[in-house]
This record gives sequence, structure tokens and C-alpha cells, in this order.
Amino acid sequence: MDSWSPYVVGAGIGVLSWIAFLLSDRPLGASTAFAKSAGMIESAINRENADQMSYYQKIKPKIDWQWMIVFGMIIGSLLSSFLSGRLAVLIVPPIFAEAFGADALFRFAIALIGGILIGLGARWADGCTSGHGISGTLQLSLVSWIAVVCFFVSGIAVAALIFGLGIK
Amino acid sequence: MPFETIRSNGRAQVALGFLFGVIFGFLLQKGGLTDYGVIVGQLQLTDFTVVRVMLTAILVGMIGIHIMRSAGLVRLHIKPGSIGSTVIGGLIFGAGFAILGYCPGTAAAAFGSGAIDALVGMVGIIIGAGMFARLYPVLNRSVLKWGPLPEGTIPELIGIRPIIVIAAVAVLIVAVLRWLSF
Repeated sequence: MDSWSPYVVGAGIGVLSWIAFLLSDRPLGASTAFAKSAGMIESAINRENADQMSYYQKIKPKIDWQWMIVFGMIIGSLLSSFLSGRLAVLIVPPIFAEAFGADALFRFAIALIGGILIGLGARWADGCTSGHGISGTLQLSLVSWIAVVCFFVSGIAVAALIFGLGIK
Repeated sequence: MPFETIRSNGRAQVALGFLFGVIFGFLLQKGGLTDYGVIVGQLQLTDFTVVRVMLTAILVGMIGIHIMRSAGLVRLHIKPGSIGSTVIGGLIFGAGFAILGYCPGTAAAAFGSGAIDALVGMVGIIIGAGMFARLYPVLNRSVLKWGPLPEGTIPELIGIRPIIVIAAVAVLIVAVLRWLSF
């Protein structure tokens, strides 16, 4: 089966969150790993400077449970797409190309800008679509429900803006 | 708490993190959430796959976690927040989400399935997180502290039994999912 029902996938993620709470005493999240990577790079450039940064005293820049989640996600998706014969190099997504053209450099520049805002915003809000959007909301955390509403309100508004500007 | 041995075993946790990540990434790819078109389609309100997956995950996760909690098997991990942190950060995140067309987890999974633009996005996320770390001392003295939000779960904050909120949220999620499938 190449693709699964969103209900099966959602239920699978729900069950995965049970196991993560049970065996690791932690909620699943993705964005912390990116801060750890940033800290490891910072540390490789200037160890003393990185050690003194208060954020990296809070979020330890090392390869641990959190970091392995995101590394594992790359491998899991590689495995899944390979098994269903869908593993293929993609440079510019068709929907993007249709709206803004197939120039790879333009897509990469946009992806980089979007990524920077995500990294900044996810750490600013202390969580992303996984940490707040799934793990926080399922615990019925008020803060996480507010966060996920903000993610989607802003995402919907900005998507309307950029695709409204696209040549469609 | 049970499972203390495995929870405090650093090596086992690194292996478990990897295993959980593999399953998570596998599921996201199978669900089509590694597809830029699916994510952007959700934000354009033309494709509701993302909402279907998220709401189902919340429904199943919520019920299981709260049952295990009342059995004393797990504890909750509720993050504190404020208007300045949660709302402003959330709005910045949402803008990036629409511009990149992936979120941190789906970017990693999309890269795994061959999307090079998602890898560029991941580099951007690392840069953005690094920028935040640099700004953190200043932000943490100012904007992140603005308008603290009440800390806790919704049932704790309104002072009713969790089971009532769980039941209400479950009914609401099922109603939304049914409405979306018409």
C-alpha cells in the first residue's frame, strides 16, 4: 500500500505518543533537535562561546533522544518511500513550480527564508507542529492549543498572501 | 514511576529516539505529509489531510495518555507560555510554515523521501534556531515574558474533572472529522 488513510496515520502517531511517554517520559517533538544542531555547529566554531550561551545551557547541544527523533524521521521516510517505490529526487515541488516557476535557486531561496522563520518561531514559541500541535494539545495544554491556533491562523493568512501573488 | 530503568538509561533512550523517529517519519510519508502540495493545500484550505492526521493523533493520544496517567504510568509535560512567546512565536512559525511548505518534522521526512528543497528548509530551520539562541538573553528579558498565560491543562485551569474535557474534545474532534468527510 503506497499511501495510508490519514486516520490510520493519525492513530499511529497517537499510539507512538503513548509509547514515548511510557518508555521515555517525554512528549514527541521535532524543533528542539534543530536548536541542538545549531548549538553543535556553534560549538564547533567556538566552543567557549557556545558554552557561555544561556540557551545552550537550557537546550544541550548533543546527540540525544530529541536529536535522534529527527534523524530517525529522515530514515523512516526514506524507508517508507523506498518500499513504496516513491523515493525520488525532487528539487521544485510541482505546486510551487506552477505558481512561481521551476527555478531551483528561487525555490531554495524561498525555502531558506521559510526555514529561518520556522526555526526562529518554533524556538520563540517553545514548540512546533509536533511538540505543541500534537504532543501538547493531546495533553490538553492550554498554551499548546493557543500555539497551534496561531500556527494555522498565520500559516493560512500567509499562504493566501503568497499564492494570491502567484501567477495563477 | 514504572519503567524508570529504561527511562534513565541514556543509550537506550538514544536508540528509542531513533526508533520513534523512524516510525514517525514512516507514518508521515505514508500519510502524504511529506508532500509540499498537501501541506500548502491545507493552508489554502483545499486539502484537509494534515488536519485529519493531527486530529486523529490528538484523539487517540489524548485518550491513551490520560488513561495511563490515571493508572500512574505516565506524567504530563506541560510547557509554560505567554502571549509574547506562544502567540508571537506561533505567528512567526506560521508564516515560515506557509513559505517553506513543510514544518520541522515534515521537512525532515520530506528530505528522507528525496525533497532537496526540504533539506534547504532544514538548513534554514537550524539557522533560525541559532539566531534565536543568540537573541535569547535579550528576548528572555523582554518579549518572552509579556502576558504570561495560565500554566496547566484545560481541565485544571477551569477546575473540572479531566474526563469531562476529554469527552467533550473527543466528541468535537469526531464531529469535525465527520464534517470534513462529507
